[in-house]
Amino acid sequence: MKIYYSPSHEYIKVDGNIGYIGISDYAQHALGNVVYVDMPEVGDDIEAGEDFGAIESVKAASDLIAPVSGAVVEINEHLIDNPRLVNENAMENWIIKIEMTDPSQLEELLDEEAYKELCEKEKH
Amino acid sequence: MNRELYGKLIFELSKPGRRGFHIADNHLPQTNALPSELLRQEPLDLPEVDEPTVVRHYTNMSTNNFGVDTGFYPLGSCTMKYNPKINEEMAAHPAFTHLHPDTPASAVQGALKMYHDLQLALSEIGGMAEFTLNPYAGAHGELTGLMVIRAYHDSRNDSARVKVIVPDSAHGTNPASAAVAGLEIVEVKSRPDGTVDVDDLRPLLDETVAAVMMTNPNTLGIFEKNIPEIARLVHEAGALLYYDGANLNPMLGVARPGDMGFDVMHINLHKTFSTPHGGGGPGAGPVGVRAGLEQFLPSPKVVKNADGTYSLVCDDSSLGHVSAHLGNFGVEMRALAYILSLGKENLSKVGPLATLGANYIKESLKDLYLLPIEGVCKHEFVFDGLIDKSTGVTTLDIAKRLLDYGYHAPTIYFPLLFHESLMIEPTETESVDTLDDFIAVMRKIAEEAASDPEMVKTAPHNTPISRPDDTEAALHPVVKYE
Amino acid sequence: MSHRYLPHTQADIDRMLERCGVSRLEELYSDVPEQLLFKGEYDVPSEMSERQVREFFDTLGAQNSRLVCFAGNGYYDHDTPAAVSYIVSRSEFLTAYTPYQPEISQGTLHYIFEYQTMMCRLTGMDVSNASMYDGTTATAEAMMMAVAHARKRNRVLVSSTMRKAVLDVVATYARYHGVTVDLIPEKDGVTDREALAAMLDDKNVAGVIVAQRNRYGIIEDYTGYADLCKAAKALFIMNCIASDLAVLKTPAEWGADVAVGDAQSLGIPLSFGGPYLGFMCCRNALIRKLPGRIVGQTVDNDGRRVFVLTLQAREQHIRREKATSNICSNQGLMALFVTVYLSLTGAEGLREINRQGQNGAHYLAEKLQATGKVKLTYPDKPFLNEFCITTETAASEIITRAMERGILAGVALDDHRMTVAVTELQTKEDMDCLTEIVNAL
Repeated sequence: MKIYYSPSHEYIKVDGNIGYIGISDYAQHALGNVVYVDMPEVGDDIEAGEDFGAIESVKAASDLIAPVSGAVVEINEHLIDNPRLVNENAMENWIIKIEMTDPSQLEELLDEEAYKELCEKEKH
Repeated sequence: MNRELYGKLIFELSKPGRRGFHIADNHLPQTNALPSELLRQEPLDLPEVDEPTVVRHYTNMSTNNFGVDTGFYPLGSCTMKYNPKINEEMAAHPAFTHLHPDTPASAVQGALKMYHDLQLALSEIGGMAEFTLNPYAGAHGELTGLMVIRAYHDSRNDSARVKVIVPDSAHGTNPASAAVAGLEIVEVKSRPDGTVDVDDLRPLLDETVAAVMMTNPNTLGIFEKNIPEIARLVHEAGALLYYDGANLNPMLGVARPGDMGFDVMHINLHKTFSTPHGGGGPGAGPVGVRAGLEQFLPSPKVVKNADGTYSLVCDDSSLGHVSAHLGNFGVEMRALAYILSLGKENLSKVGPLATLGANYIKESLKDLYLLPIEGVCKHEFVFDGLIDKSTGVTTLDIAKRLLDYGYHAPTIYFPLLFHESLMIEPTETESVDTLDDFIAVMRKIAEEAASDPEMVKTAPHNTPISRPDDTEAALHPVVKYE
Repeated sequence: MSHRYLPHTQADIDRMLERCGVSRLEELYSDVPEQLLFKGEYDVPSEMSERQVREFFDTLGAQNSRLVCFAGNGYYDHDTPAAVSYIVSRSEFLTAYTPYQPEISQGTLHYIFEYQTMMCRLTGMDVSNASMYDGTTATAEAMMMAVAHARKRNRVLVSSTMRKAVLDVVATYARYHGVTVDLIPEKDGVTDREALAAMLDDKNVAGVIVAQRNRYGIIEDYTGYADLCKAAKALFIMNCIASDLAVLKTPAEWGADVAVGDAQSLGIPLSFGGPYLGFMCCRNALIRKLPGRIVGQTVDNDGRRVFVLTLQAREQHIRREKATSNICSNQGLMALFVTVYLSLTGAEGLREINRQGQNGAHYLAEKLQATGKVKLTYPDKPFLNEFCITTETAASEIITRAMERGILAGVALDDHRMTVAVTELQTKEDMDCLTEIVNAL
């Protein structure tokens, strides 16, 4: 699956029209121990650039911004009881699965390399 | 403070059949109960305890708490000054505690005069035309002040002003209050010393800006020298300048926000005016405005009539009600008692003495703790942790180690401008002896950080509990006893 | 000469100045532009001794009238056990700040946890925050919580039977927060359920707020409301008077999502409007949307049960402009107040206090009606310890007459309607006296 990133540190793994959205490893590291993931409901529409939920650690909280538009087809229910899975493996533990309505929006996102560069910059 | 944990919950002391209070029979006929569908189904489960048990329980509990009366509380930006006891006595005065808030004005003239007198005194001290005492707390005052600003712009049909500019060093409450008031936040970058960069501010000031919010001195204890210029620019742009009164204490007797060009301000009575913090409330957040904005203050207002009597009025152009009545009246009484106790002779000493104490600590520790902003501070200042970072001892560790020595910790990790912020505010009610003791302990901790860093990193060792597991608390919230 | 709150002698000041490298206090303000310096003295009175301060407040106090209180309208004249005031005045509680250092703040955190537990038990809800300023602002917070929860809907319906003070504050917050508040009409003194059902049809409602007891003292029947709200995906919010909940069907039992209200009725002195206490409770599912502080249980490094501020990521100091509320504090000490009060009264004591108020109110209502000068505005509606009367003479006239006899007869709702409340503190003689005054109109 091809992976794209947003400047606000969400990733989307793409499988045809389906996308798996989560937060990057860099983002989980910056947040620290995740204690809660606020997720939308299945069936909700999400819009590129708007928040679809939030993720909290003990001392920080961050909105989850949709990298592309679509409809939520599944949420990662494991995160309800065990939000720390995001810390354990952010790339495997996606947060929502969506059906994209406009896959062309992917072109606006960053690829692996461009994202790495961004993270390097933010570190300094 | 008792360093043994008293950990029992009142529910664990309950025994069926005990009670701690009873009332005399009023010998009236029993009425029919309400229809059963309106009555509670689940029996109410409250503790059953006798009075001695209750008193002992809460007394023991209290001994695990640290307060201003226990020891020095150098918590930056919180102005933890001594809370005079006469204030408490006055707030408990039965001629006031029995007053129902809906009593007609003719029967509460003394209470209305109390409100009016305090309002006048705060106006004088703030350099403002009028104050409302209705907001219940500092954050509530901030919200009210922003509503005043919106009501003002609305009255001029200038409602495109939806932005509030705050320095990036501002308290988190500023942006939150703006959002609640329906305004958008724009951050202006501060210079390294936390003061506002006028050149960065200028281009942000346009016809969409409702207000600029500042505290002066700022969160680093630095006076904004450019405030006259900032005020001029803000007013030229048609916006208003808001004074966050969190840091008013060092200005007492020195300069008034109204004279600096601020249009609207709030005061935390529990900071500058010595009312107790009560473990987080009740506070009070009076809001003052310059001439020309009085009509927008919240309803009701207390006005003095020509014949010397007082009445309550609701102004049509008012922003509306932000409280049920006249605010936290008992807190207001304490503040007036404080102002009267100090009087004009001593109120003006408060600011300089608070500032002296802060500078004294700063100068006494800056060889060991990293002082990012050189020069004279006002009521508070910030260290960026220890100078010697090689030990790995952080600001959090220093804060926790201070608890072992019987001090409250300074404010830590705020402002966000530095990684290891340690913000110290001594207030004017601490003697030089107290400050000397504190300085000695801070120096000792710096020594310990070098000689035994592990011990400092695992502090506190001498408090009722050791470090709690915050992650577990947030991961699996248990917020009541079951 | 130094002042009793200012410990600095001239010698101290000199020594401190020397350390700071300046010779005069004024030099510490050399960065303040000259034209901003305040010169001269504040125009406030000269310093007073404690005795003078006492005399000042005694003089003011003498200009207030001590009245037997039949006024209610959300705030009730109850007895306060001596032990409550005693505990609350302990300076370890009184002079502490927010419990940011849990290692030396277990006292505060501990009683807030007890408070939260008690409020959950009173309301039947799953979660309580550490308290709010008062019931009016708590209701406004609930309105904003509903809008934040609903994300895109920003219309909230509030019953016309809500007390005016609550309506006023909610209206102010709504106006500036960009929330549309529409009033649900009333019918025979209670919320009009059919009207509500029709209003919910628009599908754009984020929350519905009703009052139990309502502004007339009536206990309303909210059967079916929770279902109506649920179907419309609106939060069902109830504003209550805390002490009533010892006997009334709880917000949880009515199916409410959020319960808010005033807790002054739990023995807090009237004090001309404050400090009081607002409570705010919700269902588990809404915990992360609940504004204000929350105390949670955890363990320390040594495995002991301890308490901390938790779920702080929701709060203003972290979320800044994304926070759903700007509240920083709670009413700390007042939460302690009601916790000690409820510990002393227990459930049975609270029921007894309710029973006495209820007996008194029904006795007084009957007596007043028998005069023929006033009648119950809604004679068929159930009430606890507060009722609404319609008067022939202006309500303000009755209140003025009664004040001449040392009685605060009630609160005028308009020209010819007033509410009258009774607690355990008014005697049969007081009620007979009020009846006599009305009879003599």
